[in-house]
Amino acid sequence: MRIRAQAAGDKTTVRVLMSHEMETGLRKDPAGKTIPAWFIQEVTAQLNGKPVLTAEWGPSVSKNPFLQFIVKGAKAGDKIAVTWRDNRGETRTDEATVS
Amino acid sequence: LAAYPTAAFEAKTIADLMKALGAGAPVESKDVTVTAPDIAENGAVVPVGASTSLPGAKRLLLLVEKNPSVLSAAFDVNEFVEPSFTTRVKMGQSSNVLAVALMADGRVLYAQKEVKVTLGGCGG
Repeated sequence: MRIRAQAAGDKTTVRVLMSHEMETGLRKDPAGKTIPAWFIQEVTAQLNGKPVLTAEWGPSVSKNPFLQFIVKGAKAGDKIAVTWRDNRGETRTDEATVS
Repeated sequence: LAAYPTAAFEAKTIADLMKALGAGAPVESKDVTVTAPDIAENGAVVPVGASTSLPGAKRLLLLVEKNPSVLSAAFDVNEFVEPSFTTRVKMGQSSNVLAVALMADGRVLYAQKEVKVTLGGCGG
């Protein structure tokens, strides 16, 4: 995951690029077999360990998802952690420092 | 954490989605903003955003009316984040894209914009 968090005054813009197939479950492979759905269902973010964002996603979010949100009250040096969990139960967390 | 709202993400129409969320009929509002391009050359990657200038939103949703399931993403609004979120979605065909704000007082407000897709995003 690539995370960039930039503070401007008391608002911090966080941009996240995740690496994920986001397979809808509606596509078929060349043999005509349906490719099973595989997508991120939940995205959460923490500021210095405190939860600040919860989002739920469906399979229509694009492959390798991009997310931008704005956190209030963060300052340079604070830690922003972003976690996703997909419909297979796999999760990934990455952290960035607010600049 | 709350359970994943499967019924909401499987809703085929906006009316079914509102039923799944236990929400009322959405009303168009100038205080909700949807950001989306006029034309999307690649339906697999369409940048879309939802925001509201109103205090008291508890959830913001991004919908693509003509996708197989209308709901793309739902964002919880709390005191730690601005009610403004941007992501990218897949669109199978030209469609209205909606930003819907679920307000704490039960109101359901929306803004919509038509996006023309020249290459669909479902065939891969």
